[in-house]
Amino acid sequence: MSFINLKDKIVQVKIVYYGPGRGGKTTNLEYINSTYRKQIVSEMVSLKTHGDRTLFFDFLPFDMGQIKGYDIKIQLYTVPGQVKYNATRKLVLRGVDGIVFVADAMEKQREKNIRSLNQLHENLQSYKESIFNIPLVMQYNKVDLQEHGIPILPTAILQKDLNSRLKVPYFEASAIKGYNVAATLKKIISSTVVSIQKKLL
Amino acid sequence: MNYGIVSQEQLERIDAILSDKLIKLGVDCVIIIDMAGNIITAKDNGESKYDVYSFAALAAGNFATVDAMAKLVGEQEFSLLFHKGQESNIHFSKIDDELLLISMFGRDISLGFLRLNVVDVIEKIRQVWDKK
Repeated sequence: MSFINLKDKIVQVKIVYYGPGRGGKTTNLEYINSTYRKQIVSEMVSLKTHGDRTLFFDFLPFDMGQIKGYDIKIQLYTVPGQVKYNATRKLVLRGVDGIVFVADAMEKQREKNIRSLNQLHENLQSYKESIFNIPLVMQYNKVDLQEHGIPILPTAILQKDLNSRLKVPYFEASAIKGYNVAATLKKIISSTVVSIQKKLL
Repeated sequence: MNYGIVSQEQLERIDAILSDKLIKLGVDCVIIIDMAGNIITAKDNGESKYDVYSFAALAAGNFATVDAMAKLVGEQEFSLLFHKGQESNIHFSKIDDELLLISMFGRDISLGFLRLNVVDVIEKIRQVWDKK
């Protein structure tokens, strides 16, 4: 649920990076944090375990400038990807406006991507929200690993596995190198803002 | 999903209640957030410089976690939370299913006195909010 403050003319938009564990959700945020430092007023908040895995969420607030006189404040969140943390994943999804699904393009992660997407579907249902209606962007992360001889799923297969029914915009990406991180972010912000505008009009 | 919109008039009335009942009392900073971590309004005494946006995200997560724990022990909810520090304290109180009132205060206010005022504030805010 985006929150609109008519007095101070601020719109707060919540975007969640979702996906299987070790898929690169936090890396996406870290790249954004270091690349767009100027637009980010506060520090990135990370709640993680001693082993550097996300425990609860990462949080990165981000000023996008103005639309029709309203300040748009984008709030980026990640969920913990590990299977056992579904209760906390669900909490982070509360009031979400837009989702980036970060899939791991490594061949051996194929099944985990599908499971994670199915669980996203269920988790959204518990908030009476539908994966088919919410603004969503697919990101097929880690494509750079191919250079190192690690087997990568072709985009056509990922599309068939994850996006054949959803038919949402998708990007091949490498979060660690920053390839298409900004493109993914721009796409999800524009879809989300358009969807909020539509609901308000 | 419903979109949270409050009118300028409602916000001004809520701000007035917060200033009048809590800031004047000596509370450093008061924030009203929704359970998704959005800030509805924030008021401070002009001196405190908290990063309220990060604070709201963490507070919503914190409250949601405690809420889930309440369910695990068979409670409907823990409607109130209090964190005590050396110099500053944080008090969380649920306004309704969607809203949370957070007060940050120093050593010079007693918890009991704050709680009495918070109850009063919440009652008044509910009245404003229900007229949405």
